[in-house]
Amino acid sequence: MSSLERADVARLAALARIDMTDDDLDRLSGQLAAIVDSVAKVAEVAGQDVPATSHPIPMSNVHRPDEVRPSLSQDAALSGAPEAEDGRFRVPQILGEEA
Amino acid sequence: MTALTYEQAMEQFDPVFGIEVHVELNTATKMFCGCANEFGAEPNTQVCPVCLGLPGAMPVTNEKAVESAIRLGLSLGCAIRESSRFARKNYFYPDLAKDYQISQYDEPTCFEGSLDVVLDDGEVFTIGIERAHMEEDAGKNTHKGGTGGIQGADYSLVDYNRGGVPLVEIVTKPITGAGARTAEVARAYVATIRDIVKALGISDGRMEQGSVRADVNLSLRPKAVAGEDQDAVPFGKRSETKNVNSLRAIERAIHHEAARQAGLLLAGQPVVQETRHWHEDTGSTTPGRSKEEAEDYRYFPEPDLLPVEPSRAWVEELRGTIPEHPAKMRARLKDEWGFSDTDMRDAVNADALDLIAATVEAGAKPQAARKWWMGELARTANDRDVALASLPVTPAQVAELQSLVDAGTINDKLARQALEGVLAGEGSPREVVESRGLEVVSDDSALEAAVDDALASQPDVLAKIQDGKIQAAGAIVGAVMKATRGQADAGRVREIILQRAGVDG
Repeated sequence: MSSLERADVARLAALARIDMTDDDLDRLSGQLAAIVDSVAKVAEVAGQDVPATSHPIPMSNVHRPDEVRPSLSQDAALSGAPEAEDGRFRVPQILGEEA
Repeated sequence: MTALTYEQAMEQFDPVFGIEVHVELNTATKMFCGCANEFGAEPNTQVCPVCLGLPGAMPVTNEKAVESAIRLGLSLGCAIRESSRFARKNYFYPDLAKDYQISQYDEPTCFEGSLDVVLDDGEVFTIGIERAHMEEDAGKNTHKGGTGGIQGADYSLVDYNRGGVPLVEIVTKPITGAGARTAEVARAYVATIRDIVKALGISDGRMEQGSVRADVNLSLRPKAVAGEDQDAVPFGKRSETKNVNSLRAIERAIHHEAARQAGLLLAGQPVVQETRHWHEDTGSTTPGRSKEEAEDYRYFPEPDLLPVEPSRAWVEELRGTIPEHPAKMRARLKDEWGFSDTDMRDAVNADALDLIAATVEAGAKPQAARKWWMGELARTANDRDVALASLPVTPAQVAELQSLVDAGTINDKLARQALEGVLAGEGSPREVVESRGLEVVSDDSALEAAVDDALASQPDVLAKIQDGKIQAAGAIVGAVMKATRGQADAGRVREIILQRAGVDG
């Protein structure tokens, strides 16, 4: 049984702001389900004694001192922006969502 | 549906509330990059590839921010997790450069605490703390066109200077049992958090600048009937009112939400579980985005950051730096200083407590320290429209000023002139007294000469005094003070006048 339904993919696509046709959903829900199911096999092999791993390298506490480093200039920061105004990034109107 | 008051709502229902407080840390740099964490710079001048979310940029945790978060957690009685990690909270919004916020999810650094808050009448209420976790702030949107609000705006402009600034989010457990005092308890809780972060020195705690921000959750459930345990009554549906950013607004928002929800419930209508916006001008809330959409954040462990595993030794060392609970400290100082309830409350409200304490520490008597900070200096701060603490005078200087008064070098009037000089940057009180020549004239021959001059110009006064109208001496004292530009020792002047009149003081 597939762990990932077509409706799940449609919902993820909506959350990720990706437009998908019915064909896309049919095709991707099959492919993504195969990936999810394959990865899930790991859980069958790992017993209770194997903790879930989020970081494969056994390191921790990699911090930096609280010292100011140079930032980008405003021009450099905005250089990749499709639109800018008053030293700020200009973005389309935000509707139906909150500040 | 009839409009209810908060009190009416509280007669009919049992409130349950929870508060999320975001504290902006005052580190020099941002949470995950070396850009300056400073308010008020030109837009997009404190940004770099990390906080702009450019591809390939790698975040690195700010050690000071971790330390601040642990100290705050310890102050809230929290346990500090031996291994905690960051997580990505995914959502789309233009002020979030990466389309996810780095936060903590299933392994917050601080968890399971409790905090006592003291209400105005001294009643203590214990608030359960669920967690305190680290995360980053978002940038700032400015909506253009329409009325300046988000509704009807043509487009928005984004400044990412605030993006990536370190935050600690403190989440309470659901708080029950406060009943009609819910609004007061909520306010006192946030005030206590503010006082704690200031005492820790990890945030400026200024709610009006957004350094401490609160979201207020509230639900109502039926009151238990006789013989029923209130705790056994299931919670109602809750609303979450976002960005309630003053202590007064917290009380008002709870008043409004309780009345609104009670009105719905009494009319047989459901309360919708949702986010609501707070409107300071009208004291009311309106619905925001729907919760089911908002809650799908698809958290997963942040692969670019390694776990935070503070050593037990470090945690214990930090525990040693935790200041006394603000309410306990106030009670102790009130006793030590012999202040009345009013003195104490006024000093707290004026943010003068630390200043008075430091002045006392520097050698002044508590009442004298209070008199300067709550009198002359409070007036000056008010006139200049600045915080008391930002006046250009230190507690040590205030203590020095008072010591000059106590030693009789200057009187109160001269002390005020000396303080003026200190505030004008003329140096320490002692230096100002010297440079302005403010010392009290207590040299008897000089005072006697001044008294004789004054008596000569008001010849009827001596006779009046001899007739028993001793208060007539006041005119001569005034004349002598004027002649000596306020530098005469008024008590001594009076003695000399009475001697001249041959009357015993």
